[in-house]
Amino acid sequence: MSAYQSVPAAGGRLPLGRVRALARGQGVPIAAGTVVALVVLAAVFAPLLAPYDPNAVDPLAVSQGSSAAHWLGTDDTGRDILSRLLYGARPSLLAPALITLTAGLAGTALAVSAAWLGGWYDRVVSAFLDLVFGFPGLVLAVVGAAVFGAGLDIAVITLSLAYLPYIARVVRSAALRERALPYVSALGLLGLSGRRICLRHLLPNLLPLVLVQATTSFGYTMLDVAAFSFIGLGTQPPTAEWGLMVANGAPGIIAGQPEQSLYAGLVIVVFVIACNLLGSGLSRRLLGEDR
Amino acid sequence: MNHMETPLLAFEGLHITLPVRGEHRAVVHRVDLTVPAGGAVGLVGESGSGKSLTARSVLRLLPPGARVGGDVRFDGASVTAMDAASLRALRGSGAAMIFQDPRAHINPLRTIGDFLTEGLVTTRGQRQGAATARATDLLREVGIADAPRRLRQRPAELSGGLLQRVMIAAALIGEPRLLLADEPTTALDVTTQAEVMAVIDEAREQRGLAMLFITHDLALAAAVCDSIAVMYAGSVVEQLPAARLHDASCHPYTRALLAARPDPGTGARPLRAIEGRPLSASEAGPGCAFAPRCPAARDLCTTDRPLPERTGDGRTACHFPLLAGADDAAPGTERTVRHG
Repeated sequence: MSAYQSVPAAGGRLPLGRVRALARGQGVPIAAGTVVALVVLAAVFAPLLAPYDPNAVDPLAVSQGSSAAHWLGTDDTGRDILSRLLYGARPSLLAPALITLTAGLAGTALAVSAAWLGGWYDRVVSAFLDLVFGFPGLVLAVVGAAVFGAGLDIAVITLSLAYLPYIARVVRSAALRERALPYVSALGLLGLSGRRICLRHLLPNLLPLVLVQATTSFGYTMLDVAAFSFIGLGTQPPTAEWGLMVANGAPGIIAGQPEQSLYAGLVIVVFVIACNLLGSGLSRRLLGEDR
Repeated sequence: MNHMETPLLAFEGLHITLPVRGEHRAVVHRVDLTVPAGGAVGLVGESGSGKSLTARSVLRLLPPGARVGGDVRFDGASVTAMDAASLRALRGSGAAMIFQDPRAHINPLRTIGDFLTEGLVTTRGQRQGAATARATDLLREVGIADAPRRLRQRPAELSGGLLQRVMIAAALIGEPRLLLADEPTTALDVTTQAEVMAVIDEAREQRGLAMLFITHDLALAAAVCDSIAVMYAGSVVEQLPAARLHDASCHPYTRALLAARPDPGTGARPLRAIEGRPLSASEAGPGCAFAPRCPAARDLCTTDRPLPERTGDGRTACHFPLLAGADDAAPGTERTVRHG
């Protein structure tokens, strides 16, 4: 299988030479990874980086353009847009991270157990995944909000469910292939239990695929979470969140002050694209295939 | 072979069918075969003759959907009726398998050391240190010099011959009583083949291991084993002591196989291929499966399936076994033959 043919880094003995060899032809994924890392760092160190309190209203500086005092301008209540973008990165990243983590863990567990056990359990799991796959994540989240009320926690729960098939379906089919490889039956001949074979051999060997799927899904879940907040069901004001900022700035677009919506939207687009490119870069690197 | 005591391994009318597009097709047909403790039996046949499945049935390592009739007994215990725990014990320390392609049978992402010690540590509760020491000893025994370094390497870093030695060490680590060797040398080059066979031979001798040796190399089987069983289309067509393979074989198929291989002792001669193609067990009609390709076939051969009958030193499933000297076989003595 191509997954096992990861070529060891060629190049010099110096660490620098090794890094260079690893990086060769990987410009796009490295740039994408840098963007993702920078955004994450910005979210973590928002209190240190932000020049203002994100919720500090300044009636004297409403709807201003870029200036030395407010690099990205201010919104309709005079809050600093840059500070709100930095603080807004926290819920905007945390919610998708939780969703991807939950869907990734539960999806992988379901997929590997279904592939290993087979039979009626596999059929039930597969049918369930197909059923969930039929609903767009956002629709499921809106239904959840209609039943349990608005809030980011509802988005996290419903979108975790909605993204389950994205991980589980792919991992299940890979686990079925892996399971049929001779080394798995040879492990059974060493007297190992099925559980141990699954946990210590199948799972680690499938991890690159899970990582790739999770990275790509992370971008999409961020888009869904932002959309959920945009329609007013997710993060509630005055908390800063990117999707909510796009919605808040919408009236200003007509008034000739597009800064808030523009910058928030730009950040979302750039981050989602970066996740996608990083995902396909990892896929090529770890799995040796384009997807 | 002493029939009074329980053989270590006994196939009793083993019958295996596999599902092919909805219907079950026979791939192994009523195989009766025994391997005595410490003895070596060679199972010889063409690809698709059912020899691998026969060996795999000992460890219940069959494709999904396979149905097994008859029985396989290991040391008297029925393998087909075993519960999961007994089966794991049998796999762990009763019988061990050496495969044709060692590279496919080791987790490529784990080290050789992990592969060798995992069974000892997890199923026998040995300490990692003790298990590693044992693995090191075994690697030395199978002729791997720098064992400690090899233990830290991954399968991709080892050659095919080295990996097959690792497989042999893995088979020996559970201290089994029976080795199932499924074409262990087929994927290796000729010099490595000889070395690997020597390693297996030595390990067997030291431990008094029994072996079921699967190959399509008649000469190799004859050199390594005490007795030979020739399989065709899922059935054992002839069984005889290895030493008498050349002068006492009387099944037309065995004769044809012997004639189809080069013999360095007799100088150049054209090799004789067997006409037609090998059948699978499910394609065989009511008669002898070899009848369509058999030069000596008569009407009875296409209507009645011959049963194994005692012929001199061995057992042959043939209505009209060839008497010694009737073909190009080495001179032998005249024997009386009972017809089935």
